[in-house]
Parts: sequence; structure tokens; C-alpha cells
Amino acid sequence: MEPMAIVSIFVLAVFVGFEVVSKVSSTLHTPLMSGANAIHGVILVGAIIVADHSHTNLELGLSLAAIVLATINMVGGFVVTDRMLEMFKGKKKEADK
Amino acid sequence: MSSTLYDLIGLAAGVCFILALKGLSHPKTARRGNLIGAFGATVATLVVFLYVTKPKDGSPAHSLPLHNLGWILGAIAVGLAIGVPAARKVQMTQMPQLVALFNGVGGGAAALVAIVEYLNLGADATTAEVIFTVFTVVVGCVSFSGSIITFMKLQELMTTRPVVFPGGRFVIAATLAAVLGVSGWVVAALGTTPLLVLAALSLLFGILFVLPVGGADVPIVISLLNAFTGLTVAASGYVLNSTLLIIAGTLVGASGTILTRLMADAMGRSLFGTLFGAFTAKPQDVAAAGEERPVRSGSPDDVAILLNYARRVVIVPGFGLAVAQAQHTVRELADLMISKGIDVAYGIHPVAGRMPGHMNVLLAEANVPYDQLAEMDEVNPTFGQTDVAIVIGANDVVNPAAKTTPGCPIYGMPILEVSNAANVIFLKRSMRPGFAGIENELLYDPKTMLLFGDAKASLTKVVSALKAL
Repeated sequence: MEPMAIVSIFVLAVFVGFEVVSKVSSTLHTPLMSGANAIHGVILVGAIIVADHSHTNLELGLSLAAIVLATINMVGGFVVTDRMLEMFKGKKKEADK
Repeated sequence: MSSTLYDLIGLAAGVCFILALKGLSHPKTARRGNLIGAFGATVATLVVFLYVTKPKDGSPAHSLPLHNLGWILGAIAVGLAIGVPAARKVQMTQMPQLVALFNGVGGGAAALVAIVEYLNLGADATTAEVIFTVFTVVVGCVSFSGSIITFMKLQELMTTRPVVFPGGRFVIAATLAAVLGVSGWVVAALGTTPLLVLAALSLLFGILFVLPVGGADVPIVISLLNAFTGLTVAASGYVLNSTLLIIAGTLVGASGTILTRLMADAMGRSLFGTLFGAFTAKPQDVAAAGEERPVRSGSPDDVAILLNYARRVVIVPGFGLAVAQAQHTVRELADLMISKGIDVAYGIHPVAGRMPGHMNVLLAEANVPYDQLAEMDEVNPTFGQTDVAIVIGANDVVNPAAKTTPGCPIYGMPILEVSNAANVIFLKRSMRPGFAGIENELLYDPKTMLLFGDAKASLTKVVSALKAL
């Protein structure tokens, strides 16, 4: 990829990242941190790619360890965030009644 | 699958992550936002199996299926078998630890990916690629070991006080210098041994970096490490030529930085002070333990009588409430008081519990109606008209030392000003100070009454005493 294209993507993503969370209430800090945490679990994609590229047992072993860790990060992160937010939802319903 | 289609799907997943963060910032859309994020991540993961990326060593892309496919699927299954039950079974009180741990393993994964990629880099690797790889190894390792230490602090496997040792700041500075020096060596020499030395040094630096942080500031550090892990993912994306990883990683890095600052603001801390405050602070003497000062302790009946004649009561819940699993009992007490015509509100400190917003999650679990929860700015002006403030298992968030004692670890943190209420009741297990380890003068105030014991047992007794009146 063109270095300039990469820099553009990076800079734009920084601003989008700043913008989307700039006005979040403290109530949601914990779920937001947890959700953002789950998103970087997408390193799983990178782990799978390097497992495919592995030539030696050492490389394969390290990539598989990375896959295990990344899966825990990604899936566990989304599940635990959902559990937290489910409770907020229950609360909302009660308030609506 | 063509490379254009593959990139387009990656871009779509990146958009999902933007929508996810956007959704997570508003209470009404938060759950949907999280699900959109999960959807994006699932699609991105499935698509990798349908497209073979060109290896870095210059050999042409092979045909499908992926090499080592069985191993890859097996490793994912192992990850699912560990991650899903951990996420489903964890108690809500222990969630901050789990988030720290998930962040740590993410950082570890990024570091491992970078190490493998490094081993795979051929002679034609560009300097930029090597630098990004080294960056990922360093920051990923720091995030991994740092998160493990935050986990241990939150789980109370180790002391929650800042760990400061003589000459600590020089050791940390020397480690950082060594990390930078070895990074230069790796970039120049391209060897496996320097890389492993670098990984070990980075792990050490992560530990040293988090050790001096006091228990109350740990959430800020978790958020910061979360942003770090995001940046490592972005750097991996550069090396692996994946737009998706660059977008996702940068988003998390940027939003994580903002979130860290917001959290620090909510706690009235400067980020710099949090991270480096312990370097300048002297190791604290343990609060003079021998000194016994008189306190006014009461019985559940005394508390019930006080409540019965109150017109307005503010409940200030803290982590102790959650530990005692007393959320349901406190709601029972609140309902009973409301049925007696008493005005009841919950005063929620932004960092009540162990993380910002943690208490809201815990009370939501007990079905406490949303409209009874008052945020700090909302409730503070009303303490003057409040007859009774009941502080349940909270300490640091109502400690006047935050306003009156410059130099104490929580100085400058905004607090719930319960001392303005006509009466203050503390439900505590013992006179032990709170998570930040600071004595609370309010406990010795003449208008304060203490009710010792397990929060749930005490509240149950107060409820039955109040019913009898």
C-alpha cells in the first residue's frame, strides 16, 4: 500500500476516534472501554494471517498462541460488554413503565 | 476472492467499528453498538479464511485453503472455550479485572503476531516495516505485563497501594533507556536474539510502569493500556498490509486516549500525575494504627429511627455494597422509605466502584430505577437540604481529605459532599480505610453515626426495624 494512503487512513481514523467518544457520560465509561477493548481483538485477523505464513514449528506455535489470546480478547470482550449493557436495557424498560 | 472484494469487506468491518464506538457512547444505542462491533469482527474473521494474503518473504500467494487450517481452527476453539465462559460467569463486581485481563491478552497477541512477522520478514523488508514491527513488540509486551499487574491489583492478589522502592525512578528510567537502545539494535542488526531481549525488557518495563500506580488510579491505567494495544494493532496492520487492522487499531487508540482523559477528569486527576505522581511521592507511612479515636456507633434501630423522621435521604453506594451483594437489600430499603413518603435518591460518584460507571452497572443489575440515580453534579447542591446521607461501603468518594489535605493521594478528586447533610450514616465492616488507603476524618465527625457489620446483614436489620416503626 502507498505510504501516503496509509498515513491518510491513520490520520482520519484518529480524528474519527476522537470525535465519536468526545461526549460520553461517565455512566458509559466502563462499557465503552470494554467495547473498545473487544474491537482491538480483531488482531485475530493478523494472527490468522501469520499462522498461514508460518514455516517453522516455532512460528506456528507462536501464531497459534496469538490466535488463542486474540480470540479470548475479541469474543470475551464482546460477550462481557453485552452482559453489562443488557442490565442497562432492563433498567430502561423499568423506567418506561 | 479478489483482493478488491477482500479490502472492501475489511473496510465495511472498519465502518462497523466506527458505528460501534458511536453507539456505545449513548445509553439508548449502546447495546446495539456493541452488537454491530461484534458483527464487524465476525465478518472480518470469516473473510480471512477465504483469501490468502501474499507472504512477506516474497513467495507467491498459495491457493486456498489456508496453511495450517486445522491448527488455526483448533486454536480459535481453545480461545472460545476460555473466553466465553470467563465472560459469562464473571461476577459484575469482578468485571474491571476481566477487562484488564482481556486487554492484556490482546496486547500479548499483537506482540506475538509481530514477533512471527519479524521472523518472516525477508531481507527486502523496508526499514519502516521493521520499525513498526519493533514498535508492536515493545508496546504489546508493555500492555500485556502492565495489564497483568493491574489485574493483580484489582483482584487484590497484591497490594493496592503504590509500590515504590528506593531508586525506583532510576530503575524505570534505565529500563526505558534499555528498551529504546535495544530497539535501535534490533532495527540495525535484524537478529532473533536482540528481539527476544527486547521483548523481555518490554515486559519488565510494563511491570515497573504500573507498580507505582495507586489502587484508585488503576482504571485510568487500564484505559491507557487499552489505547496502547489499539496502536499496536494499527502498527501490525501496516506490516500485514491490512486496512482493517489500521482502522480498527487507530480507532481504539484514539478513542482510548480520549476516554483515558475523560476518566482522569472525572476523578479530578491529571494524567501525568497519575502516571508519574508515585515517582515524586515519598513511600507513605501506614496510617498510625495504634491511635484509637472515639467514634459514634449506632444500632440498626437507631438508624431506622433517624430514617423514619427524615424527609430526604441520599444513599451513597460504594464498592463495599457490591462486595456484600447488598444491591437488592438497599433497593428494598429505598422502596420502603419511598412508601413512607420519604424523598430518596442515590448519589452516584463517577468512579464509585472500581471503574467509572461501574456502580451504575451494579445497581442496574438490582433493577434500581434509572430516575433515582443522581450524578454527582446533580446531587451535591442538594446535600444541604438532606436530612440523612447513608454511605454504604464507600469511603474515598466522600472523603473530605480530597478537598482539605493537599498531598494526599486523592487530593483534587471531586467528592460527594455528604458532610453538608444534617446526619451521616456510614455502614462499614471495620475502621479500615478505603481502596486508596487514606484515613477519613468524616468518620470522627459528631454528626456521623457508624453501623458496623456486613452491609447486607446491617441493611436487612435496618429494613425490619423500619418496618416495625
